[in-house]
Amino acid sequence: MRRVFYNLKQAFQQIGRNKGMSAASVFAITAMMLILGLFFIISVNVNVFTEVVKSDYDTVEVYLKDSTTEAQAAQIMNDLKEIKGVSKVTYRTKDQAMKIMKKRWGDSGYLLNSLGTNPLPNSILIKVSNLSSANSVNKAAIKNKGVENTTYYKETIDKVTKITNTIQIGALIIMLFLVVVSVVVVSNTIKLTVFARRREIEIMKYVGATNWFIRGPFLVEGMLIGILSALVSSGITYVVYGKIVAKAGLKMMTMLGSPLVPTGYLCGNLVVIFLALGIGIGACGSIISMRRFLDA
Amino acid sequence: MITFKHVTKAYDGNIGLKDVTLSIDDGEFVFLVGPSGAGKSTFIKLILKEIDADEGEIQVGDFRVDQLSNREIPQMRRKIGMVFQDFRLLPKKTVFENVAFAMEILHKSPKAIKRRVPEVLKLVGIEDKSKRYPQELSAGEQQRVAIARAIVNNPRVVIADEPTGNLDPKTADDIMQLLDAINMAGTTVVMVTHAKDIVDKWNKRVVAINEGSIVRDSFGSYGYHENGRPDKKGGRDNA
Repeated sequence: MRRVFYNLKQAFQQIGRNKGMSAASVFAITAMMLILGLFFIISVNVNVFTEVVKSDYDTVEVYLKDSTTEAQAAQIMNDLKEIKGVSKVTYRTKDQAMKIMKKRWGDSGYLLNSLGTNPLPNSILIKVSNLSSANSVNKAAIKNKGVENTTYYKETIDKVTKITNTIQIGALIIMLFLVVVSVVVVSNTIKLTVFARRREIEIMKYVGATNWFIRGPFLVEGMLIGILSALVSSGITYVVYGKIVAKAGLKMMTMLGSPLVPTGYLCGNLVVIFLALGIGIGACGSIISMRRFLDA
Repeated sequence: MITFKHVTKAYDGNIGLKDVTLSIDDGEFVFLVGPSGAGKSTFIKLILKEIDADEGEIQVGDFRVDQLSNREIPQMRRKIGMVFQDFRLLPKKTVFENVAFAMEILHKSPKAIKRRVPEVLKLVGIEDKSKRYPQELSAGEQQRVAIARAIVNNPRVVIADEPTGNLDPKTADDIMQLLDAINMAGTTVVMVTHAKDIVDKWNKRVVAINEGSIVRDSFGSYGYHENGRPDKKGGRDNA
């Protein structure tokens, strides 16, 4: 416990007595985090947008043979529920299907009345939980004896899945790259503070300090700088993103049919991510930058 | 206290120390003299295990320095008080904090630190400067802080590397009195120096190194001219 207090006290003292350097470090990490945050926001919003789009296409329709009885249909439904990736199964009678069709045809709906018997089949609607499983669900459903045919928007789904994956992988790569860059930048900034104090470190070693004893305050200092940067960049993101949502949120809704992720929710997550990142970057940065100076 | 047995250390073919055998007993005061490049700093670096010997045994207190692992080095250094020509104080810590630091390393309680540090500062005669920063002090005062730091943990040996090199004669004499007092209290003191007048005046054991070898080990005067030639009137041999 005494060690914790000692390290905290030393770290605060070091920051206080090296205000310029500390500010430079905070500035560098904050800049990195803001860019990172930008990609995070883009990635999250693209994600929400594609989820909205996907939900329109996440249904597999299974048409039943006319010879299939209701009991058999119920059996099929039970089987379908067992398949992985199926979230909801509903039964639609041919009469219901006709009603929907009439509604879709609108004013011309009366034309359907001229049909003597209802040619539409009974059907089962399968909602899939994950769009990528629609294909396998479709394959499983069509094997069933009582099933005539199935439809789902395969090509659209494939395209959407592909684009989403590409965007998300791209964003992930860019974010990883940025994390690496910020560790390098931070370790260089901290290396400057360590370099400025290499004589102190040398003296500490002469007096018999262990490497971890010397590292402790620098480690805490790095983490404090990381935490401070996380808070600053979260604050900036909160204000700026809030303004964007307020100004452009409605336009996005009408243009793309998808809302922007709410500021509070996004920044709540971002604060946690930034804090974890900041502490990690600060700790890694200070350990990396001190390695050279601690070699005996 | 400090024993070298057939210690050799070469740098890229240049001899630092050549087959040096030397024994310094508990409670001794030893001047280590010799021209620049003779091997005095190699001697100190070997004691602190800043560098490793090529051959031979080195014993400091209870530690076999040549066999020490990297993890044990800090433990060993804590038993040695180091004093340098350039003081090597932490510039961003106050006098009190500089001395306290040596105790913090040993995880001493704040209470013990608050009790012990003023005691030592008083011993070296700068108790009134404890809240100052090193750069606000005179050279002599800074060296007193360094000595306070060196002895705060009651080491068995103090090694002083040219401690008077940056000081005027009067201040140097004060520092010598302080080191002598520390030695009187039972601590072994090894002092590396160029200062002929100091060595001559204090009449202690003198170990002279030249070109990596011990050329003389006797009580009394410096026994060297500034050019490194032995002084014919040199001190008595140490039997």
